[in-house]
Amino acid sequence: MTSEFILGHLNYWLFIVLMMIGFYIVVARGNYIKKIVGLNVFQVSVFMFYISIGKVEGGTAPIFPLDMNIDPDVVYSNPLPHVLILTAIVVGIATTSLGLALIVRIREEFGTIEEDEILEIESKLQAKENSAEGPSMGGRA
Amino acid sequence: MRHHLLLRVITKLLVGPIILFALYVQFHGDYSPGGGFQAGVIFAVAFILFGIVFGLTKVKQVFPPWIVHKLAALGVLIYAGTGIYSLMLGSTFLNYGAFTPAHPEHGQHWGILIVELGVGITVAAVMVAIYYAFAARPPVINDEEW
Amino acid sequence: MLVVTAIAILMMRHLFAVVMLSSVFSLLCALLFVTLDAVDVAFTEAAVGAGISTVLLLGTMALTARNEKMPRNFSPVPLLVVLVTGGVLIYGTLDMPDFGSATSPAQSHLATQYLTQSPHDIGIPNVVTAILASYRGYDTLGETVVVFTACVGVLILIGGLARRRRKDEGGAN
Repeated sequence: MTSEFILGHLNYWLFIVLMMIGFYIVVARGNYIKKIVGLNVFQVSVFMFYISIGKVEGGTAPIFPLDMNIDPDVVYSNPLPHVLILTAIVVGIATTSLGLALIVRIREEFGTIEEDEILEIESKLQAKENSAEGPSMGGRA
Repeated sequence: MRHHLLLRVITKLLVGPIILFALYVQFHGDYSPGGGFQAGVIFAVAFILFGIVFGLTKVKQVFPPWIVHKLAALGVLIYAGTGIYSLMLGSTFLNYGAFTPAHPEHGQHWGILIVELGVGITVAAVMVAIYYAFAARPPVINDEEW
Repeated sequence: MLVVTAIAILMMRHLFAVVMLSSVFSLLCALLFVTLDAVDVAFTEAAVGAGISTVLLLGTMALTARNEKMPRNFSPVPLLVVLVTGGVLIYGTLDMPDFGSATSPAQSHLATQYLTQSPHDIGIPNVVTAILASYRGYDTLGETVVVFTACVGVLILIGGLARRRRKDEGGAN
């Protein structure tokens, strides 16, 4: 555990801390909008992890000079993670909006967006269904 | 937002430059940071800003929903069509070099430009369509409660 | 900064503040991407994260609720799961190459090939665009279709198409 090792890995650890905060928001909070925000935090920290893998010490952005006279001494960072993450961000917002649309529908059906309350309503509905249809199912339901 | 004069004036000033900037990002993406994804998002932001400040009915007059829905599909078709075209020219799917066999680099330039245009159209239309879908619902929180 | 903002998002109960903080979080991310040489990604993150996603989250808030309710009881299970997962992930990074190392596996195979071949094959200055639209054309086609499909999903869920169908059924009855 030299200081060089710690400095070289500190960025990964920071991204993992961020990722875990996002994960905690998703699993521990009951509000659906907050869950979506937590999912975004999680997602963005994965993006940062990828981009930091592509970084080269002393490198620059992977765009050549306009006249295409490429100086062989210039170091460029790895463009491949950039491409992956670029498309992932836009796909991420599209899927996030799908999740938000689901939340809007849930609010219209149940009148709440808190997980606890929805589970309660669900179990009540289930109990009502069971007591109504129980006898016809032979009392097993 | 009828009472916010300042917002309305600034929005009128901003919408034009935002669309211009989106087109710059779209067509200059080969030479500088940018491309279809970013340009589409910026293009959609111009309409969303207009919609927030002037209301949904106004923006729907400018950019009707049925056109938005058709454009979203059109972008994907442009992208896939480019691939089919290169197939028809006897090359592999999405191989732009086939467009100008004498000088494959030029074919690549054209191919990238067209494909990015398709991406830009789809992303812009999708973002505007999603905004319309959310804004068309009657809100349960009214203006004063914010 | 990012960690502080994320913890603030965790603690806040007022959803409006949470949404604004997530916008701040996106902007800070964009700054980080610039320092990591990913200008294209920073551009997208600034436009998408700070622009569109804030508008959509605010729109959803206007349609649903303004405050988060207190969770009824605090359970240690999520915290435990998160800590264990984080510990395992950090253990996994111990074998990773140092940050910014030019000889790491990620830099040595495909990346150098793209960087040396693309001026010759494609001849446009922005390598990211070249890979996005040409080398990885299939991927990008797939991503575009995903975006399109998500749009179709949103329109089916809340796009007002259902209302038209109900009217048709009413007419048929």
